[in-house]
Amino acid sequence: MEAIILQILNGLDKGSAYALIALGLTLIFGTLGVVNFAHGALFMIGAFCAVTLSRILSLSHTVVDETQKDFLGNPLQVEVPYVYNIFGQATGEAIIDWAVPLAILFTIPIMIGVGWIMERGLIKHFYKRPHADQILVTFGLAIVLQEVIKYFYGANPIPTPAPEAFIGSFDFGAMIGFEAGQIIYPYWRIVYFMFAAVIIGAVFAFLQFTTFGMVVRAGMADRETVGLLGINIDRRFTIMFGIAAAVAGLAGVMYTPINSPNYHMGMDFLVLSFVVVVVGGMGSLPGAVLAGFLLGILESFASMPEVTSIIPGINQVIIYLVAIIILLTRPRGLMGRKGVMED
Amino acid sequence: MSKTNLTRRGVLKTGAVAGAGLALPTYLSAAGHEGFTNAPTGDTVTLGFNVPQTGPYADEGADELRAYELAVEHLNGGGDGGMLNTFSSKALQGNGILGKKVEYVTGDTQTKSDAARASAKSMIEKDGAVMITGGSSSGVAVAVQALCQEAGVIFMAGLTHSNDTTGKDKKANGFRHFFNSYMTGAALAPVLANNYGTDRKAYHLTADYNWGYTTEEAVRTSTEALGWETVGTVLTPLTQTDFSSYITPVLQSDADVLVLNHYGGNMVNSLTNAVQFGLRDRVANGKNFEIVVPLYSRLMAKGAGANVKGIFGSTNWHWSLQDEGSKAFVQSFGTKYGFPPSQAAHTCYVQAILYADAVERAGSFNPCAVGEALKDFEFDGMGNGPTLYRGEDHQCFKDVLVVKGKENPTSEFDLLEIVEITPVEQVTYDASIFGGDLGSCNPGA
Repeated sequence: MEAIILQILNGLDKGSAYALIALGLTLIFGTLGVVNFAHGALFMIGAFCAVTLSRILSLSHTVVDETQKDFLGNPLQVEVPYVYNIFGQATGEAIIDWAVPLAILFTIPIMIGVGWIMERGLIKHFYKRPHADQILVTFGLAIVLQEVIKYFYGANPIPTPAPEAFIGSFDFGAMIGFEAGQIIYPYWRIVYFMFAAVIIGAVFAFLQFTTFGMVVRAGMADRETVGLLGINIDRRFTIMFGIAAAVAGLAGVMYTPINSPNYHMGMDFLVLSFVVVVVGGMGSLPGAVLAGFLLGILESFASMPEVTSIIPGINQVIIYLVAIIILLTRPRGLMGRKGVMED
Repeated sequence: MSKTNLTRRGVLKTGAVAGAGLALPTYLSAAGHEGFTNAPTGDTVTLGFNVPQTGPYADEGADELRAYELAVEHLNGGGDGGMLNTFSSKALQGNGILGKKVEYVTGDTQTKSDAARASAKSMIEKDGAVMITGGSSSGVAVAVQALCQEAGVIFMAGLTHSNDTTGKDKKANGFRHFFNSYMTGAALAPVLANNYGTDRKAYHLTADYNWGYTTEEAVRTSTEALGWETVGTVLTPLTQTDFSSYITPVLQSDADVLVLNHYGGNMVNSLTNAVQFGLRDRVANGKNFEIVVPLYSRLMAKGAGANVKGIFGSTNWHWSLQDEGSKAFVQSFGTKYGFPPSQAAHTCYVQAILYADAVERAGSFNPCAVGEALKDFEFDGMGNGPTLYRGEDHQCFKDVLVVKGKENPTSEFDLLEIVEITPVEQVTYDASIFGGDLGSCNPGA
């Protein structure tokens, strides 16, 4: 029972990342009709926004410490962050420690800007082109973006830890009456799940309860008619592209303490997230969220030694098997609109 | 009745096919003026540095390339001479190799076997490289080694740790300075037993490819021989990024040690995830739970940040060694580039110098003569104490370092501390245990 609960928890935090990325992907497909293979790169750029802010906050000057030697035997040059000079050491350390949560504020405008430039500068030219063209150009863009990141940040993963207060894990099992030490879960993964829930809720509320969201939903249902009413739906869809980019970026920011970011992390998530979108139903926001969590949990269960000992390799193919079954039995996906992907 | 169908188109087709067929194996006889592939004819000699310049190990490849450039500088008489001053062999005079100035070309392995073979082939066929060296993966090393054997050039392996490189896949034209999985197990197990006791239950997470298998087997065999019990071994996909699903079953197992047979990004992520799940703070079977990383790389350890603190592993070489060879190399590399070299840089630098020295001693670039000069060659002053290039499998035998993640690092390079220098006798094994056959040296032409 403990193993099952742990894998459900694992699935929920994996699913959180899948759902956040897939939400943006499907939002872009639902509004602009574009299959954006550069969406994983937006997740990666978000993560590197956290790395960048962490580095900005850690900008230092050097102080020579005569009592210590460096690797060449010269007096050690100790790096002292400027924030220590400005705010004092205790406050400065706290600011650097909270770099990842602070990066949320730093990332939102950057990602909206990146999304706007991407959409206006490149993707809008491919609206009327076949999906194959869109996939090719956005996939190429993703490769360019990851190589740019690699050029500036290198190929190695860069540790970007959570604030000290969220490092470590808690005994979830003991809280719910199980034996102590059996269901341990890291604090930050719970934070990530809750953060994802808030972001997903916010996007749904924005689309459901604001006039802007109502127009966007109307445009998704019938773009032509909304346009005939004199509403500039293209502008609103561009803004939605920026919002989708920001969602992917925020997912990346909060993911950095879970796994050290590297230039390839967007590609690692892209294919899975695309499968999530297809399973959920292209263009369906609830479908993306449902499929994200569902596939995250399924993947976790398939990785259990008890399962892999019976069906070796199932952990590597489970998501694709589910996708095949869904596409064969329900081509529009779990919650897709009738007619989409059923041609 | 027969009919001859001789047309212009037919002649052209036949000619084209015949021409392509004749041109195909050109590398086997390319520039074989002195009876071997790419015999240098002018006053220069070209070496081929095949390192990952793109892909996940690009930073390691960049460090390898820095080391090669430094080696070329020293071979040509530039810089401070580095390890040429401490190397026990005095054949090299700082005037190139056999009086020929050393030049080099580079290839990008991308850490993919097919790409690595293609770049090595190009350097041999188009650039006339007389020796290929480098790499950061056992899969690449085995693939390129086989190509060099066919092409008739020497392959001086870079960072490759699988037993197979000089075991079942060994070749007469291939030579490895880096240590291997067996040596890791033999060096690490006694240190683990001393620190954690002999009554331990280990759970292995192993990367699902050749290097992972040989490392798991080596560590498992060595620790079981000292009394440890292996309670679980699970293969993890090479593409895995989040290891939480693999870490959580450890909590339900009877294990009190987790061995992460992972390298590179896999190691960074699995170790980070294991620490997140509180394994470092866990008590199991009345003992503190421990994590072990059999193969450390300082460049990769940097990615795991503070999570490496206190965790044991092994490494081929470390910049903090205080022997004269290591100090000379660190001084030379550090002065030129501003930071200490990695173990990948060290092994590549040493391989380039050893090749050049072997050519000088042999008096020829002929790969068979060079191979003979390297076989059973004993040397010192290159950073790991007295070393033997064993003739039976072309594997170097030298001391192995057991290291631990440093608790209080003073800089971003100061991540590992040396716990023990395991003497070479403890890591030496019978060459026949891994099978394979060196075959005959191939000079190419």
